[in-house]
Amino acid sequence: MTDNAVVEQTDTNAAIAVLKEKFPDAIQDDTREGYQGIIVDKNKLVEVATAIRDELGFDYLSSATGVDYLGIGDHLEMVYHAYSTNGGPALVFKAQTPRDNAEIPSLIDVWPGADFQEREAWDLMGIRFSGHPNLKRILLWEGFNGHPLRKDWKEAYYEQDHKPFDSRWPGGHVYRAEERNVYGKNVAYPDDLDLSTLNDVSEESIYSGMGLGVSVQNLGNSEHLQTDRLIVNMGPHHPSTHGVFRMVVSLNGETIESLEPVMGYLHRNHEKIGERNTFLHNMPFTDRLDYISSMGNNHGYALAVEQLLSQGARWTPPTYRAEAIRVLMVELTRIVNHLWAIGFLLNDLGAFFTPALYAIAERERILDFFEATAGSRMMCNYMRFGGVFKDIPERIKSVANLVNDMVRDFNTMDYLTELINERLPRAVDELDQFLTDSEIIKTRTVGVGYLPPEMAIAYSAAGPLLRASGVPYDVRRADPYSIYPELDFDVAVRYNGDIYDRYLIRLDEIRESIRILKQILPRLERTHGENVFGPKQHTPRVPLGEAYGRVENPKGELGYYVVSAGDEKGPQNPWRYHVRAPSFINLTALGEMCKGHKVADVVAILGSIDIVLGETDR
Amino acid sequence: MYGKGIAKGLFVTFKHFFTTYVDDIRYAGRKYLHQENFEVRQGLRPNGGAYTVMYPEEKIAVPERFRFTPFLVVEDADHPERPGEDWCTSCGICAKVCPPQCIWIVRGTNPETGRPVPQPDAFYIDTDICMNCGFCAEFCPFDAIKMDHDYEMASYDRTTVHIHDKKRLSKPVSYWKNIAPTSALEEAVSRGQWEHNDIAKAMKKAGQPTTAPTIENMWLKPEPSAKAEAPEPAAPQATAKKAAPSTDKPAETTATSGDKKPKFDKQAMLAKIREKKANKE
Amino acid sequence: MSELDLRELNNTEFPIPADMQGNVAITSLSKLYNWSRRSSLWPMLFGLACCAIEMIATAAARYDFSRFGMEVMRASPRQSDLMIVSGTVTKKMVVPIVRLYNQMPEPKYVLAMGACASGGGPFKEGYNVVSGIDKYLPVDVYVPGCPPTPQALIYGMIALQKKIDGQSLANMDDVPWYGVGPAEPAPVPILGPDIIDPRQMDLIRRQAEMAAAGKTFAIRNLPEPIKVEKAAPKAAAAKAAVAATDDPAKAERLRKREEALARKRAAQGQNAPAAEPAGEAPTPAQAAPVAEAAPAEQGGKPKFDKEAMMAKIRAKKANKG
Ligand code: SF4
Ligand code: SF4
Ligand code: SF4
Repeated sequence: MTDNAVVEQTDTNAAIAVLKEKFPDAIQDDTREGYQGIIVDKNKLVEVATAIRDELGFDYLSSATGVDYLGIGDHLEMVYHAYSTNGGPALVFKAQTPRDNAEIPSLIDVWPGADFQEREAWDLMGIRFSGHPNLKRILLWEGFNGHPLRKDWKEAYYEQDHKPFDSRWPGGHVYRAEERNVYGKNVAYPDDLDLSTLNDVSEESIYSGMGLGVSVQNLGNSEHLQTDRLIVNMGPHHPSTHGVFRMVVSLNGETIESLEPVMGYLHRNHEKIGERNTFLHNMPFTDRLDYISSMGNNHGYALAVEQLLSQGARWTPPTYRAEAIRVLMVELTRIVNHLWAIGFLLNDLGAFFTPALYAIAERERILDFFEATAGSRMMCNYMRFGGVFKDIPERIKSVANLVNDMVRDFNTMDYLTELINERLPRAVDELDQFLTDSEIIKTRTVGVGYLPPEMAIAYSAAGPLLRASGVPYDVRRADPYSIYPELDFDVAVRYNGDIYDRYLIRLDEIRESIRILKQILPRLERTHGENVFGPKQHTPRVPLGEAYGRVENPKGELGYYVVSAGDEKGPQNPWRYHVRAPSFINLTALGEMCKGHKVADVVAILGSIDIVLGETDR
Repeated sequence: MYGKGIAKGLFVTFKHFFTTYVDDIRYAGRKYLHQENFEVRQGLRPNGGAYTVMYPEEKIAVPERFRFTPFLVVEDADHPERPGEDWCTSCGICAKVCPPQCIWIVRGTNPETGRPVPQPDAFYIDTDICMNCGFCAEFCPFDAIKMDHDYEMASYDRTTVHIHDKKRLSKPVSYWKNIAPTSALEEAVSRGQWEHNDIAKAMKKAGQPTTAPTIENMWLKPEPSAKAEAPEPAAPQATAKKAAPSTDKPAETTATSGDKKPKFDKQAMLAKIREKKANKE
Repeated sequence: MSELDLRELNNTEFPIPADMQGNVAITSLSKLYNWSRRSSLWPMLFGLACCAIEMIATAAARYDFSRFGMEVMRASPRQSDLMIVSGTVTKKMVVPIVRLYNQMPEPKYVLAMGACASGGGPFKEGYNVVSGIDKYLPVDVYVPGCPPTPQALIYGMIALQKKIDGQSLANMDDVPWYGVGPAEPAPVPILGPDIIDPRQMDLIRRQAEMAAAGKTFAIRNLPEPIKVEKAAPKAAAAKAAVAATDDPAKAERLRKREEALARKRAAQGQNAPAAEPAGEAPTPAQAAPVAEAAPAEQGGKPKFDKEAMMAKIRAKKANKG
């Protein structure tokens, strides 16, 4: 069931040397201050990428994202982070293109997992990927004006390039942004905009990629039934899409011929806002990415910025206690998330609400602890650069304030000990007993939505989705961070790659998390009283450079690509702030997994991927 | 055997169903609306069973660190030195650290000289934007903005009430001490005294010693300096002390109207707290 | 229900005074109607963003809004009465939301949950975010918070129930769905270069023309900043206003108002508002017994009286003891 062995790790420097030998003209070192990796000539990109995948063993493309260096180098840049599924650090390679007519060859043939990420880069950054078969907007709608992540693109409520805005203090006369700017002065309507014939073109393009030429299928023999191909839209309002996700499914009878995810219904411009924000401002915004596991999001972002900060002077890494508390929180979050995922997978299967209710009941107990420690049930905003917000309180104590308030008062360590040693194991066992052997669940899930391991890697699947396909890749082990190296746990793996295994692996992971938590408790006792805060600054000076911080979030590998271009005195805002969202990238494989299954299985397959829309659409 | 797994699962459901009634019997009549059982129901007790909170009749009181929208701390109305004055010095840090930039501050100016004075002329928070992140409270150097615990804010019209102005935001410091005694104490310890920094400075100048904050002297007011008018005496302590043993608070206030917010009554609260303390001794 | 003419309810054999007609039967019927309506509000199973998670938590066992007759969350808009807009409304999503709203049968209510749905929320400045669902749909109750805790949401739902309770069948503003003819659907916005509200079509057309002509457009002046309300005594403020204003007509109006206020105060005699000069106000010693006897009589909000409060607390304690 578990596979701990980390086969020989690939050495990045050696790999770069090999590449340089092979493509002497096409490769340069990235010598900018604080940057790493290589810059590849874009005309050779596909060849180099193939070599990286096949010869050097970096078979897993974690993230691909664009950066607009307007005013710095005046080019657009695609940044790729490739890893080896055997573990080890990243090979970072980049390709640059001028801002006008930006074009870069698509890597979709090398890594199919680049599909959505390239579409996103086209949508938001305006980089055209030659060779991409389906290059259309993904988060915004077709017909939208401009590419919003370009540095010279301004949103309708644009106020200033960087926060803090000057209008807030000292002359902060309040106004509502929409009162100031009613119809969006930064929106340029095209000259030929004819409003009398204006209609939505955003829908047409969705269907255009589906190859719907034939309306009636003649099956060759007229005695056979003649069937129409049918297009079914599931979502964006559909109870089983876990939010506002939409799938355009083309059906032959009940069988799925093709499925295209349509997203962007919750596109909240996280990255654009993130570039206006200061580094600290982004912390509570990360809560709202994967809003079920906000602690994990905080952790990833803190790691990314700490990577940058650690280059500078006056940097003190988090204390041991702070790290232990972080791991405590993150593992509790993992349990919360998996409970939720299992509950709602069962919901999708038709076990309407009972398993979900049991799961939520356990979740509430953990949220009580979060609320007492971080201040909010969901939006924890708990981690800071170099520490956490506050130490765990002595008591989980409430104070009556409103009429009819009932108070509670627990000793926190007792509460945690009982939660971790008694309550949660019992809850997992109960869920196990409740669901695992049920014949209905087995019938619905075993063998459905199969994702073979090679495909899982190629599609950049991450987290339980990847591990249920038999790839023991877990960032906590493969590229360790925090205090995970000294903790004893196994990477859960299952080998069948179907929905049932994805359900089982979540149970396994809850058990592993409990195992970690049990090791954390004595560490907390031991370090009692140690300082947990970092330096209390609201605008830390962030040195130049780039950083990619990644953590194993419950839904998969969550990465933050942060570029700091401000100098010591300038505005302390990230130049680029990109989120490698596991929910988003895991969906790349959805179409493949669904092909050939019945339409009723789609909801189950989607449920087993466990997406959350805040992260998918950002 | 086919169906065994389902039966096993259904047994779990049945167990949950059953324990609910066990609960009803065990806490006959006192299952809900009762402090005694409330903590048990909302804790980690082993047997499961129903744990529904009967909101509005009983509410889970929120923990101390809970954050909803922010409020501004002002001195109590009966403070001897500066009744009702702002703690805020309009330094603007909260407006800077606010991630969605929903704080607007007009820095105070002296109308005669035009020089800035350490008090805001206006202070707005747009609750339609505020993300309840708590940064403003965390980074305020004067402990002048805090996160409120009052989440019952639903309204029928957002245009008039959702931008909170200074009047709406201001709450007395005793309110903060009440809703978050531990945090208030921690902050006071790091400040060095219970009072606002300005008073502490004045006291130092006048040669009065400041007392280190402890939970006992939380509610004591500083001696008024000579020039301030004599304040009304604080609530008579003796009466509070000889009062009957305290019953638990919710039972006392379990009124019919769960929807109406209690008027904040500092004196009564004070009396209650003192009395509680007296009982403990 | 559509054929039922409510006025017929008043056609009884007994003569009803003209000014009572339209009241008697309808008030009691309204009560019944409101009671049944508010006790079976079925929310639509419809989640947008983070707030939806708290909405689900509210529906789950711990907070359980089925205690309010809301247990049936319906995925189909055709079967639901209440749309809880739980989360960030994006420009892309507002189109389906408006369509869903149009498909809901009347009577229908909208509850905006969270900062995002009320007024844009933390992501308001983003290019794809609508600053509040009330730009497109009529909202009945706003629940601020990010996210509102389940208890805050229930508080909002109770507020909605209260609102329904206050409605009257006799008032067509309260129950527009019994008006003549079919209800107007809310106009569905269009996704163009940016989102386009059909109600603003003319404006945008003009802007497009101006843009073609190379003129600047759509830059509005800043609105007046919302003024701080000083808690100054009313009388003093008014007097100050008389002195300050230099518009003679306005001064005259203010003066008249002052006079009227003075007359009113004189008529009320002893119960002068607290803002009166100290000489006329009752001395604290006089006021105390009054407060104890009947604080409500004191005209408006009684001044806080510590002694009385303490006495009350003591009395309560004594009773308990
Ligand atoms: S940080 Fe504190 S003192 Fe400074 S303006 Fe804000 S509330 Fe006032
Ligand atoms: S809680 Fe956060 S969002 Fe709200 S006012 Fe304070 S800093 Fe701003
Ligand atoms: S109000 Fe806050 S919690 Fe609710 S949807 Fe908006 S960002 Fe998410």
